[in-house]
Amino acid sequence: MRELRLDKLGAIIAALALGGAFIAPFATFRANRIVAGEVKSVLDALPAGWSAVLLGIVVCAVAVAAVRSPAVLRLVAAFVALATLALGIGVAATHLTPEGNTYARVSPASGFWIMLFAFGLLAADALTRLRPAPFVRVVVLVAVLGFIGILLLSGSWDGLSILKEYASRVDTFWAEARKHVTLALGSLVAATTVGIPLGVLCHRVTRLRDGLLGVLNAIQTIPSIALFGILIAPLGWIAVHVPGAAAVGIRGIGVAPAFVALFLYSLLPVVANTVVGLAGVPRDANDAARGIGMTDWQRLVGIEFPLAFPVILTGIRIVLVQNIGLATIAALIGGGGFGVFVFQGVGQTAMDLVLLGAVPTVVLAFAAAIVLDAVIEMASPNTRQAEAA
Amino acid sequence: MIEIENITKRYGESTVVDDVSLTIAPRTVTVVVGTSGSGKTTLLRMVNRLVEPTSGAIRLDGEDNRALPGYELRRRIGYAIQGHGLFPHRTVAENIATVPTLLGWARARIEAKVEELLSLFQLDPASFGPRFPHELSGGQQQRVGVARALAAEPKVLLMDEPFGALDPIIRAKAQDDLLAIQKHFQTTIILVTHDMEEAFHLADRIAVMDKGKVVQYATPAEMLLKPATPFVESLIGAGERPYRLLAIAPVSSAVEPGAAEGAPISSAASQREALAELLWSGRDALPVAGPDGAVIGKVSLEGLAKRAAGPA
Repeated sequence: MRELRLDKLGAIIAALALGGAFIAPFATFRANRIVAGEVKSVLDALPAGWSAVLLGIVVCAVAVAAVRSPAVLRLVAAFVALATLALGIGVAATHLTPEGNTYARVSPASGFWIMLFAFGLLAADALTRLRPAPFVRVVVLVAVLGFIGILLLSGSWDGLSILKEYASRVDTFWAEARKHVTLALGSLVAATTVGIPLGVLCHRVTRLRDGLLGVLNAIQTIPSIALFGILIAPLGWIAVHVPGAAAVGIRGIGVAPAFVALFLYSLLPVVANTVVGLAGVPRDANDAARGIGMTDWQRLVGIEFPLAFPVILTGIRIVLVQNIGLATIAALIGGGGFGVFVFQGVGQTAMDLVLLGAVPTVVLAFAAAIVLDAVIEMASPNTRQAEAA
Repeated sequence: MIEIENITKRYGESTVVDDVSLTIAPRTVTVVVGTSGSGKTTLLRMVNRLVEPTSGAIRLDGEDNRALPGYELRRRIGYAIQGHGLFPHRTVAENIATVPTLLGWARARIEAKVEELLSLFQLDPASFGPRFPHELSGGQQQRVGVARALAAEPKVLLMDEPFGALDPIIRAKAQDDLLAIQKHFQTTIILVTHDMEEAFHLADRIAVMDKGKVVQYATPAEMLLKPATPFVESLIGAGERPYRLLAIAPVSSAVEPGAAEGAPISSAASQREALAELLWSGRDALPVAGPDGAVIGKVSLEGLAKRAAGPA
């Protein structure tokens, strides 16, 4: 029999998961949404059968993680453990909430989060080792999101505090979600539309490049709250003095300054990556393109741009992930978005409400990163090599 | 016919090409040689106006090359460079089809042309057409680069150190292929190189450039026998002269009447090859076989020695 050897990262994951399962509490029960709660261990939080199943699966997954095992097995173990955790927390919510009590709140406690982190790490590590094709990664993402969707729709999480917060805010949640995505994507589209031509211009005109990149760099260093503040005065002035500006929604506070600020933050990655991408186009290819009679425009569209595309896309990925996160702060100046729940929750010391804003933001950013990474890999010539070979 | 007339290129204070005039006969290979910085590449790039001259004119078949917009002119002139310059994101077939596509040829005509060129360069169209440049060897990439340059059937082909990145064996083969293709398409070629061996192998006429000026423009034989300046002489290399002289003439022009022992040498081989064979086999003479294989005479050590001698 082959000797079992310890996996370094796996050992840490195992220690974390075991600590999360046996030492830290699994769920918190509170009589209502604001009072301090009492924590429950796995054994208290779940019906006897369920706690046995959950602990059993955790121990098995930990065993797989701790020793050097095949990456596929590690991935399966991680996903099984994560799915069990997801189902388990729903069961705990139903189990702990007294029949007919609508004030009581059950939320995941530290043990749940620690195990989530540990098995998430195991899954990520296994995926890294497997190096799946970009398409496969998107499929995995869709499967995970689909599983979460099924859990949400089936109502098995309905007992959780975060979903109770959601239930009382269904309308505003989706309105804010729309605002959040509009802000993040809209500013990205605007920054791409402006940034790529600017990048091309910077590539062609060296003197412009240093100046413009310097300015954009400086903007990037302004803290976001400060930038929102700085924008209030000029935008307020425009709203008052430019006819029609107020009618299209330009005001000192609200969506307009948030949009402008996100747009300004987005410019640097887009412009800088366009410049870097174009500079990386092989000189030979450029020279040959000119030498066989392409016009400057044909060379830009046919040669330079396609070759720089993966680098430009990387810039767009940075911007999208950054904007999804930054858009949260827009709520501070009345721009809306998931930040509304975060700041309301902070104000009311209602952690569940904070999570209602934070969790969708994180999921969105994460999904956007995975999808765009996959697109970048598919767009870069290196992958086309592998496919063609 | 390409007429280069008093062409000068200055960058600020420095003169890169200094008052150069050359007339290049149609359907010939002209090789421009010189050390790096001699202005040979700049001269070449002024023919298709990748570089605009400071003064002077270049005419192609009597027409000033400024009569057309630069990009239209360049579509009519083939251009191949060192390191091939293939577009890494396009397949071999797409690369070759670039200029015909720019010119708006019909698809069927483009496909036929790509296929013809790939076959001509001994690359199987079905197997190589859909590949990407990085999947090819250096020699194959170089051939595709030349094929792309020839795709629109240009009368003139400009080549800037096209074989510089190839190893010696592949380079020799590529040079022979180029000569065969030049004969096939009747193309006028201007080729820039710093490799004298290559110049003597390929050229109908050689132009030697030094510090922006053409110091000698002559056939290889003339250049060997009467180098215009000490610079040309040093470029040729004193120790190489007799061998180069033999290398540029075929055995057929050295045939003497009479018979000799041993295996015959083809009359199409160079006299240098004959000399090597004589020295290596320790013989005084070799039989010479004509194109049909029949022995037409002999080539002797003594005869070759006379031919290798410089002017008294």
